[in-house]
Amino acid sequence: MPAVHETVEQVRAIDVDQYKYGFVTDVEMDLAPKGLNEDIVRMISAKKGEPSWMTDWRLDAFRRWQTMREPQWARVDYPPIDFNEIHYYAAPKKNNAPKSLDEVDPAILDAYKKLGIPLREQEMLAGVQNSRVAVDAVFDSVSVVTTFKEELSKAGVIFCSMSEALREHPELVRKYLGTVVPVTDNYYATLNCAVFTDGSFVYIPKGVRCPMELSTYFRINEKNTGQFERTLIIAEEGSYVSYLEGCTAPQRDENQLHAAVVELVALDDAEIKYSTVQNWYPGDAEGKGGIYNFVTKRGDCRGRNSKISWTQVETGSSITWKYPSCILRGDGSRGEFYSIAVSNGRQQVDSGTKMIHLGKNTTSRIIAKGISAGRSNSTYRGLVSAHRKATNARNFTNCDSLLIGNKCGAHTVPYIESKNASAVFEHEATTSKISEDQLFYCMQRGLSAEEATALIVNGFVKDVLQQLPMEFAVEAQKLISISLEGSVG
Amino acid sequence: MLEIRNLHVKIEDKKILDGLTLTVNDGEVAAIMGPNGSGKSTLSYVIAGKEDYEVLDGEILLDGENVLEMDPDARAAAGLFLAFQYPLEIPGVATMSFLKAAMGAQRKARGEEELAVGEFLKRVRGAADKLGIPQDMLKRGLNVGFSGGEKKRMEILQMALLEPRFCILDETDSGLDIDALKVVSDGVNALRDGKRSFLVITHYQRLLNYIVPDSVHVMAHGKVVKSGGKELALELEANGYADYKTLAA
Repeated sequence: MPAVHETVEQVRAIDVDQYKYGFVTDVEMDLAPKGLNEDIVRMISAKKGEPSWMTDWRLDAFRRWQTMREPQWARVDYPPIDFNEIHYYAAPKKNNAPKSLDEVDPAILDAYKKLGIPLREQEMLAGVQNSRVAVDAVFDSVSVVTTFKEELSKAGVIFCSMSEALREHPELVRKYLGTVVPVTDNYYATLNCAVFTDGSFVYIPKGVRCPMELSTYFRINEKNTGQFERTLIIAEEGSYVSYLEGCTAPQRDENQLHAAVVELVALDDAEIKYSTVQNWYPGDAEGKGGIYNFVTKRGDCRGRNSKISWTQVETGSSITWKYPSCILRGDGSRGEFYSIAVSNGRQQVDSGTKMIHLGKNTTSRIIAKGISAGRSNSTYRGLVSAHRKATNARNFTNCDSLLIGNKCGAHTVPYIESKNASAVFEHEATTSKISEDQLFYCMQRGLSAEEATALIVNGFVKDVLQQLPMEFAVEAQKLISISLEGSVG
Repeated sequence: MLEIRNLHVKIEDKKILDGLTLTVNDGEVAAIMGPNGSGKSTLSYVIAGKEDYEVLDGEILLDGENVLEMDPDARAAAGLFLAFQYPLEIPGVATMSFLKAAMGAQRKARGEEELAVGEFLKRVRGAADKLGIPQDMLKRGLNVGFSGGEKKRMEILQMALLEPRFCILDETDSGLDIDALKVVSDGVNALRDGKRSFLVITHYQRLLNYIVPDSVHVMAHGKVVKSGGKELALELEANGYADYKTLAA
């Protein structure tokens, strides 16, 4: 029997066995009625005990959202979303501001355990030495627990849920919220402003190097809910933080909406490293179910010589629409974007970045690797722009696509704008295919077809994996192999 | 021992091998010569298991076991090695990592324990030194940006490390200058141990001055049309393939 077939008939579906996170946790939920109106927005705000300025901010966003239209320019295709069929708030009933883990519903703790996310600090300490990670766990609409808070607060670092930040540090939230992604930014961001329920808040004071990795783990559990989380990270002058988010969802036949907003602010000489391992349920082989991941992520290098770096490994979601961006406002600031997007089955990806050079001597670097298999379609869409005052702006972009099989697609859509003659932008792009010959060569040396594919893919994404925090690089590598399982017969 | 019996092979609608029969004994170095298009490279690919070819009839037995029923990786684990005429590039995969993956996979398939890292490095460095392969080349992506000669050396390095029972060298001499030819031939000769067998495919007699064969087989139109000792190669060098082309037709 010939071992390697490149026909799609041989591409095994992404099925339950391969999506390991498809389980549902049975927890009693507090659900808002389906649909969206001003009362729902007020209800969400009231549930969280928010100050009145926040309620007004939300209502303002909601009114603006009603006048907006869904963007149509992305190379993705899906039926219209009925925004009145969604629950905008879902919280586990027992989760009334737990003071310790013992007050959290054991079923939820169990769910995180199944996902391999240890929430008990002693377990984490016992597990991996030298690699402590503080976790904020978000279950549907609310944060259930944040670990290592005390130790972080000794360093002056604030790491808590967005709801708690609004209660405990309203002045900080008010100063920065919506300053990177304005309320009117885009359809999904504006929707998020109106109905966001929770997310993470990070504040690193001046001169502090955050003593551990910070991580948020997002889990959508309830059906017919949307997850709208909001993350805000502020790095004061001369500080440093590395932050990682992970996401999974149960396997369901209906599509679910995830519309998050992430805002990063880096002041003078500060550095933020933001990594994402996104593994939302991608839908089945025929494209049924899966998460619509419509996310707005933007970092503002507000200070001189500040640096923001986005690293993402995207293997999940039925549709991905996200462009983590950097506004290089401060002179000498630097933006980086490293991305691996893997698509299989019927997944659609339209993703990329924006590097907006405003300040002098600003630099940016984009390394994007797309891997398409099955009948999936992947588009890299990226903007690099230099404004009039951006003297000596520099950008290097490299985007490579790798195709597995002959029914998938890869597209590259770069936008380059320069209003300053001293700017130098470089763009490199390649598209290649794992060839039968490469596979045969590897197999002749003793590797199985799957091992050979994994080896070639790992070689392809190596530059990006190296950017991930060590603990997660291994995890991401495994994830990529699982996502591509069955893409070679 | 490798026995090929009455092998008929086609690719798409074209018949390439047409009743080829050949036996290579343990420890034997057999040379296959023949004009372009006689099916030499096809033979090497069919033995190694490349899938584009359709075997219509015949069998290939390695020590009595029919390899046609095995996937390419199983054939490799059983001890078949093909040194490619055009070795493939694997970007981003360091040569050292590739060697570790290949050796690991074969040892696992044979139920052997994985080599300790120290032992693995010792073996690789030792074999690389003998072939004049500098250490820093082992850190680069496999065959990426290597010259033709370097790629061929890398094939012999893999052959030395994987310790196959049966080696096929597909036009290993093509693209090599005389110095590289010597290094590569020395590498091959060092692996001749009286048990390991070799099938050396070449257009030219020149290579056989360095790798001296026990037998020489002439291929034309998809089958072996004449077999003899090493002197047959010299005869071909003098007279060309013209006689054989008509003989088989």
